Amino acid sequence: MVLGPNGAGKTTALRALAGLLPLQDGHIRLDGRVWDEPPRTFVQPQQRQVGVVFQDYLLFQHMSALENVAFGLRARGTPRDTARTRARTWLDAVGIGDQARKRPGALSGGQAQRVALARALATEPAVLLLDEPLAALDAATRLKVRAELGRHLRDFPGCTVLVTHDPVDAMALGDRLVVIEDGQVTQTGVPREVARHPRTPYIADLVGLNLLRGNANGSVVTLDVGIALTTVDANTGGIYVACPPSAISLHHVQSSAPNTWKTSVVGVEQHAHTTRIHLEGGISADLAPATMADLDLSVPLWATVAPESLQTYK
Amino acid sequence: MSGRRVGKGRLPAVLVVPAVLGLAFLVLPLVGLLARTSWAEFPSRLLSAEVGEALRLSLVCASLATVVCVVLGVPLAWVLARGDIPGRRLVRALVTVPLVLPPVVGGVALLLVLGKRGPVGGLLENWFGVSLPFTTAGVVVAEAFVAMPFLVISVEGALRAADPRVEEAAATLGASRWLAFRRVTLPSVMPGVVAGTVLSWARALGEFGATITFAGNFPGETTTMPLAVYLALETDPQAAIALSVVLLVVSVAVLASLRNRWVGG
Repeated sequence: MVLGPNGAGKTTALRALAGLLPLQDGHIRLDGRVWDEPPRTFVQPQQRQVGVVFQDYLLFQHMSALENVAFGLRARGTPRDTARTRARTWLDAVGIGDQARKRPGALSGGQAQRVALARALATEPAVLLLDEPLAALDAATRLKVRAELGRHLRDFPGCTVLVTHDPVDAMALGDRLVVIEDGQVTQTGVPREVARHPRTPYIADLVGLNLLRGNANGSVVTLDVGIALTTVDANTGGIYVACPPSAISLHHVQSSAPNTWKTSVVGVEQHAHTTRIHLEGGISADLAPATMADLDLSVPLWATVAPESLQTYK
Repeated sequence: MSGRRVGKGRLPAVLVVPAVLGLAFLVLPLVGLLARTSWAEFPSRLLSAEVGEALRLSLVCASLATVVCVVLGVPLAWVLARGDIPGRRLVRALVTVPLVLPPVVGGVALLLVLGKRGPVGGLLENWFGVSLPFTTAGVVVAEAFVAMPFLVISVEGALRAADPRVEEAAATLGASRWLAFRRVTLPSVMPGVVAGTVLSWARALGEFGATITFAGNFPGETTTMPLAVYLALETDPQAAIALSVVLLVVSVAVLASLRNRWVGG
């Protein structure tokens, strides 16, 4: 699972794996077989055992759904009738056997996506590559197709590399997450671990956590933004501090509670049932409507967070 | 409708008058041609020996020239559109030269290269005993020379409009570039190929300058319809008119077959 913002290089990475873009440097290997290692080795895409689901599917418009799925088998030398029978089986497997004779132009977005998946799976590749497989679908279809896609990916015996900018896809469909930002890998791990312990502002924002860097000396962390916080755990040196925005409360008067600092509001954003308040230092607080009514956001306020709400990690 | 034109105002006379004159200038000669045709004699003239011969020769040569254009031109268009070759812009410019070159100059150039003393013509003569100038094969060569740019430009345009990533999708499915071209790209640009073929054929059918220069004017062998028209104009004007009407009908038919692509909207 490759997650990253638009323009981070996710699709480029996928194209390199598929052999559509030669590497400048580094290597691509699969089970000890070298696919690309400049300047010596480059295996052409048609020689790689890959199946690709492109973002806009790139179905062959002049062929029926069945011919699209059979194409890879035919290209690899399977006799016509066998290829069509197996293509039909794959279309049935993704649940659109009844659309086999239609051209891609006559299919809905969700159906076209399934044809693309069947086409990629039909050649039984060693690696399945999916580029934003759900991005072209409307919200309602996406929900249904995501669940189905998860089922097909679990059944698929080879490796899957799925590229997405949607954290829900990444968490729901992946068992190992690689985050790419600006062409660099910024974090890897199992999705739950990445979600709990984000290490870049991009990931923290996706999973809805405040992420702060600081320097720990025992149970006191001096944040880079100048605030000193008390934590439950004792650490030394540079650490990350994360807390959910709902754990931060705002008051007009200074309380005697630990972890209280003076701040002011730089922005306000309305979410479904809460209001997100952006504070100085890149910290956000989520407030319930009732609390909002009691606050004057135009004056400096006191922010408080309980030590138990703070997670620290290296 | 009351005929009111909302928001646009009257068409200015300074534009309308030249426009009407221009239209008359283009249409009147064709009307005149049809008006001067003696329709009673038309079928018998069309079936006369010389006319029939010129007609048959024209159709055969134009069709063979079109085949040459397709067989050589489609791959050339593909290389221009997809090939990562150095100097592609220069090659594209060279391909379009016959389009603007006076056909007579093309005929002279062909004669110099493919003639008995020309560098390529000499080889053909010595090795295979083949001589192209002043033969029916020469007519095909001259027509293909002037017609091929139409095909290349039409097909290349269609290829450049088609998404090259579809070929990449075919490659990831195990297709070689040749298979991807044959099964994926070519069918998707078929309308462009058809349009280019029709245009090439029409151009070849009407070819005059390069043909008469390179292949000469030998009835039954190199006298195609345009040459026969020119020849007949002095000796038998009614035959010239009959041949011209045939060519006019073919031109209109070509236009009609391409109407959705070229003159639609």
